[in-house]
Amino acid sequence: MSFIKNLMNIFGSQDDAEKINRISKVFAALKKHNRKALIPFITAGDPNPQITVQLMHQMVQSGADIIELGVPFSDPMADGPTIQRSSERALKHHVSLKGVLDMVSEFRKTDTATPVVLMGYANPVEAMGFAVFAAKAKDCGVDGVLIVDYPPEESAEWVQCLEQQEIDAIFLLSPTTPQERIAQVAKMARGYVYYVSLKGVTGASHLDLQDVGAMLTQLRQHISLPIGVGFGIRDGATAKAVAGLADAVVVGSRIIEEIEKSAETELLSNVGSLIGTLRKAIDEN
Amino acid sequence: MNAYDLPNKEGHFGPYGGIFVSETLISALEDLRKQYEFYRDDPEFKAEFAYELKHYVGRPSPIYHAKRWSEHLGGAQILLKREDLNHTGAHKINNTIGQALLARRMGKKRVIAETGAGQHGVASATVAARYGMECVVYMGSEDVKRQATNVYRMKLLGATVVPVESGSKTLKDALNEAMRDWVTNVENTFYIIGTVAGPHPYPMMVRDFQAVIGNEAKVQMLEDFNRQPDALIACVGGGSNAIGLYYPYIDDANVRLIGVEAAGKGIDTNQHAATLSTGKPGVLHGNRTYLIQDENGQIIETHSISAGLDYPGVGPEHAWLKDCGRAEYVAITDDEALEAFHTLCRFEGIMPALESSHALAYAAKYAPTLPKDKLLLVNLSGRGDKDMATVAQMSGLTL
Repeated sequence: MSFIKNLMNIFGSQDDAEKINRISKVFAALKKHNRKALIPFITAGDPNPQITVQLMHQMVQSGADIIELGVPFSDPMADGPTIQRSSERALKHHVSLKGVLDMVSEFRKTDTATPVVLMGYANPVEAMGFAVFAAKAKDCGVDGVLIVDYPPEESAEWVQCLEQQEIDAIFLLSPTTPQERIAQVAKMARGYVYYVSLKGVTGASHLDLQDVGAMLTQLRQHISLPIGVGFGIRDGATAKAVAGLADAVVVGSRIIEEIEKSAETELLSNVGSLIGTLRKAIDEN
Repeated sequence: MNAYDLPNKEGHFGPYGGIFVSETLISALEDLRKQYEFYRDDPEFKAEFAYELKHYVGRPSPIYHAKRWSEHLGGAQILLKREDLNHTGAHKINNTIGQALLARRMGKKRVIAETGAGQHGVASATVAARYGMECVVYMGSEDVKRQATNVYRMKLLGATVVPVESGSKTLKDALNEAMRDWVTNVENTFYIIGTVAGPHPYPMMVRDFQAVIGNEAKVQMLEDFNRQPDALIACVGGGSNAIGLYYPYIDDANVRLIGVEAAGKGIDTNQHAATLSTGKPGVLHGNRTYLIQDENGQIIETHSISAGLDYPGVGPEHAWLKDCGRAEYVAITDDEALEAFHTLCRFEGIMPALESSHALAYAAKYAPTLPKDKLLLVNLSGRGDKDMATVAQMSGLTL
């Protein structure tokens, strides 16, 4: 009896996952047309909480496939100055994790297709509690979560809570990740993996495409999920080159810079045209 | 009862500690752990560390019986472990020597450090000069303004001091910035963390280097007093001087371990740094521990008259010692610490650091409740010369 029940659960959950997993759907559709994903990152609430959902829609219209939405944190240890400043701007408006989830809910009212991945640091989810967070995130329409300071070693309970809600646990890989860890990350990762193409913090320069290519070949021996590459992608040319190697191109600091230097009235159109440029470059590869 | 053997191999002290960092730092920490675990048992490394502590730092630091003060208080005898007599004036140098010796063996020619009051920065700049290494110290720009003398000391020692403008511009932000430097320059750079916090293996490694305090005390107590103390009292910011004293005593159940946090303007105000007394567990700076945070998990700015205790986290081992009941943690206000500072000056001719004055202030409250044959060993973790401007200012004077 329990065997049959388990079996039904397994089939049931697979069925559900197919219905709602926007991330795998997007990658499957892109693959069919031999295209690569563009994944822009913005910090929720930067420069103000009112504009975030509009920015998300604008980025989708201009060619984004998946949106990474940063949850602002007081101590963004892995980020360079650009994303630190965006976090500080959002925190001036007291943007909380709950506030970010509300923004995703709002976005979902008119966009039920584009995957949204939350990206941030551990302590806001620690404060909310894993199970409470995962349930709320599911309700709001979050598809994946990447917590920068939860490496696989510390993530067993976290991943379990996300899996119960069928939310993908996204993990990072870096140029310094040794072979045996790649296999370990591959076991826990869902959705896609995010290869950080540079040592250092976000917003750094110098991307060595040869190194990235060599590393991706290694990664693919262990990982069947799509691989996104981020860090150091600053213009159409690098986006295009990276799209030739990876399944997805992640752009963060460059977009935040655009937000930073735009007057409020031109912010949506400026970010839109930047995304458009990147889209075009990626599709040319 | 089993002998205390934490952390486990994942770096956990019960639910605390661990390695909560971005993937980009994992392999550097793994390398550091392996190297440390090799060298801590290496006879040549141990001998060099012991030699440096003796000839460069001036160890062992004595235990001094504060007789006049004890008599005035009218209760237990107060004994002071004189870390203030170390070269550079505090316990910090024990750890920076250990880490610098490790850095040399790992072939790192550049060391970086974070600092709040400047004590750990000075201790790092000192060992960098001693071993001929490049040294960069990150310091919140607010602290750079408040601690001008220590900034100049670091510069005299050849270090570069980088003011940090992000966040609250204090110690926690300096730590963030040092981590960012490390992740960018990990190939040639060793990050000397100044307290028993950060990702594994730092809390364990810093504790082991600081354990020289407790190891000496155990021998000295027997020699001078024929027995061990009834309680150990130490101030706790990150908690390295306290752990250094406690660690060799953890299995001695009849020695009470008392940690004293900074209650600032009072723990019922929002201006304090009493993490264990008022905080909640969370994750910051690479480990799970108690944190002073708001209901959304954002880290809150702390306050203490003593910059060395002005930190919103605490070492994960203290979090565990609190939860399992082995150690107890209390809090002392700015005013109480200041009063203890003046009292020790007047009764014993010793000017304590404002950090250590918190431990002294608690001893002054606790001693009178005990009989005269009880022994309280207080860690006098640093000397107070660096605090003269602050104390003068609090007394309405300018120097």
